[in-house]
Amino acid sequence: MKLNGAMVLTETLKEQGVDTVFGYPGATVIDIYDALMREGSEIKHVLTADEQGAVHAADGYARATGKVGVAIATSGPGATNLVTGIATAFLDSIPLVAITGNVRSSLIGRDAFQEIDITGITIPITKHNFFVDNIEDLADTVRTAFEIAQSGRPGPVLIDIPQDIQQEECEFETKEPLALQEINKAPDEDIEKAASMIREAKRPYIYFGGGALRADMGAEIKKLADKIGAYMGCSMMGLSLIPTDEPRFLGMQGMHGHFASSVALAKSDLLIAIGVRFSDRATGNTDRFALNPRKIHIDCDRTEIGKNVTVDLGVQCDIKDFIVRLTEKAEEQSLPEWDERIASLIAREKDAYDDKDFLPRAAIEFIADNVSDETRLVTDVGQHQMWAAQFYKFKNKRTWISSGGLGTMGFGMGAAMGASFGSKKPSVLITGDGSFGMNLNELATAVTYNVPLIVVIFRNNVLGMVRQWQTLFYDKRYSGTELDRKTDFVALASAFGAKGYKADNIDEFKSAFLDALKADGPCVIDLAIDEDAMVLPMLRPGGTFDNLVTWKEAEENEE
Amino acid sequence: MKNKFIIAIYVDNKSGVLSRVTAMFTRRGFNIDTLTVGETESPEYSRITISLTAEDADKDQVVSQLGKLYNVKKVVVLSNEDCIKRELLLIKLANNDEIRPGIIETCNIFRSKIIDFSEDAISIEVTGDSQKIDAFIDNVKKFGIIEMCRTGITALDRGSANIWSEHSEQA
Repeated sequence: MKLNGAMVLTETLKEQGVDTVFGYPGATVIDIYDALMREGSEIKHVLTADEQGAVHAADGYARATGKVGVAIATSGPGATNLVTGIATAFLDSIPLVAITGNVRSSLIGRDAFQEIDITGITIPITKHNFFVDNIEDLADTVRTAFEIAQSGRPGPVLIDIPQDIQQEECEFETKEPLALQEINKAPDEDIEKAASMIREAKRPYIYFGGGALRADMGAEIKKLADKIGAYMGCSMMGLSLIPTDEPRFLGMQGMHGHFASSVALAKSDLLIAIGVRFSDRATGNTDRFALNPRKIHIDCDRTEIGKNVTVDLGVQCDIKDFIVRLTEKAEEQSLPEWDERIASLIAREKDAYDDKDFLPRAAIEFIADNVSDETRLVTDVGQHQMWAAQFYKFKNKRTWISSGGLGTMGFGMGAAMGASFGSKKPSVLITGDGSFGMNLNELATAVTYNVPLIVVIFRNNVLGMVRQWQTLFYDKRYSGTELDRKTDFVALASAFGAKGYKADNIDEFKSAFLDALKADGPCVIDLAIDEDAMVLPMLRPGGTFDNLVTWKEAEENEE
Repeated sequence: MKNKFIIAIYVDNKSGVLSRVTAMFTRRGFNIDTLTVGETESPEYSRITISLTAEDADKDQVVSQLGKLYNVKKVVVLSNEDCIKRELLLIKLANNDEIRPGIIETCNIFRSKIIDFSEDAISIEVTGDSQKIDAFIDNVKKFGIIEMCRTGITALDRGSANIWSEHSEQA
């Protein structure tokens, strides 16, 4: 059949199983929007408040489901508004296809109205991007874009389509989605080597990240840990893969990781790193990071092996297959001394950091205890994010949605909506007054689509994370971090058509949250938090895990 | 320790591919010494030859990062012993009766070619490896260089090996 370019696009999106797209119309995507309307109900279009909200929503959709998120924007400012969201997805390896319109081919390069070189702009933040200059190439370009976004290590792909290409007609024939590239399996000798390193180890520690979540290998990792007597920790991107209450799981490690998890990594004699990239927020000073353990590092992306940390055995491979085969090969071992040492670390952690009345913690634990296991916990970026990572009890994979690598304040509102659209389940967004202020316009979208979303604003009237640094390392010179705002979040919520609550203490929070759970539609809870509350423990900038900032030191600083 | 090495890259012969390749170098903080690009035996592909100076660990990063680019079909490090490499220099020197014999003699010694001649200028073509070009320039400096340009290194494997053959460092 003969179709115009815009319809070729919607048809190929349907081939890929796309059920929801997030976007914002404009002059150069009118034809695409026309085709979306003709599609009727097969592809749902969610109109956000601006393009950044759309791309974060597509990202949240992808994180919640594992499928490809799709965002659509017009040329010029529409396209540039996508940039932060594309970079967010790139840094966290999230499969995303961004579609932009551009001015007619004959106007390209003439600085036409709303013309921008978005493929040029996004080269460093996409796996690949395409400028479609021939209608005959369009369908295969879209198919290839989806294949690239999902193959190997996932990531964002952008397709820029000039308006005349959307209007031209060509023959179209439906095809099956392209097969994803197979990731090679590790050679036997590497499995053998890893098994022998395990045999020699007395204190093994498994460290997994976003790659392991993507490979959906929680059960496989747990099986290996049980068999070889290892303890497990994860990067922020690995959260929710293994349930928080799993006995051998010590939680997130890193700059604000669990004390026991971070110290166990440093004290281990064998580190098995799975689908992680040793980000500076996880390692601190790489020259002094984990000097003790021998290191095995497996990842599907060859560039990650040896990029940040030198390892004894680095293998680019299908990581799930590697762990399954390694578990078969490895000998069962029990390591009572290591168990004892871990138990004492956990006891020390409990002792030092176990203040259950700490308001952020009490609120997060209450949320965890009262939502369904399928609820997506979404965050913005800052102190609230780290508290959520530390204190939330995860039961199911993909229930943690947070901007890791780019650390994008303003990510949360879009991502939480996208997560709900994808999972068809409620989302809870934990945010701060700083982060929420960045993209609160998306509350309008949440109301329009009656998204089951509870926004909990940890309002401390400061930019808490930066302020924490200023407290600890800048002699309390609070430059630019005091929010002298008079925002009434309850009134703001109601102005947008959402329900608002104010909570000044944990009891008020609990009753507000329980009420919000029963509400039909989005709710906003303004929870007052102490401006001096800190995220601890904390790795000093460039420091090591032997020398964390602890509660004690922080308290002394307060005095 | 930093070393000089040469990377050959087979890429799709499409517009914009060169900027994707060079963007990777910018983004990751690697510095290109020379870069040449041109057609190959197959019209679908172009070949980019890049020479750079970097740590060995960085060399692996460069190769594997290039290997990740969608339009890159093959990347190899050409080892110094097993490759032939050439560079072209075009150089314009001042010309007068007094210095002309010296220029011509230098050209003969370096087996280079005079390709343009006027009363006040001589243009010369020199090919060879980079060291030979460096040496030539050193020797003619005294005559007065008006202008010069170097193409950068282009290189092939020795023997029947080609870019698709097994190399010890590749992606």
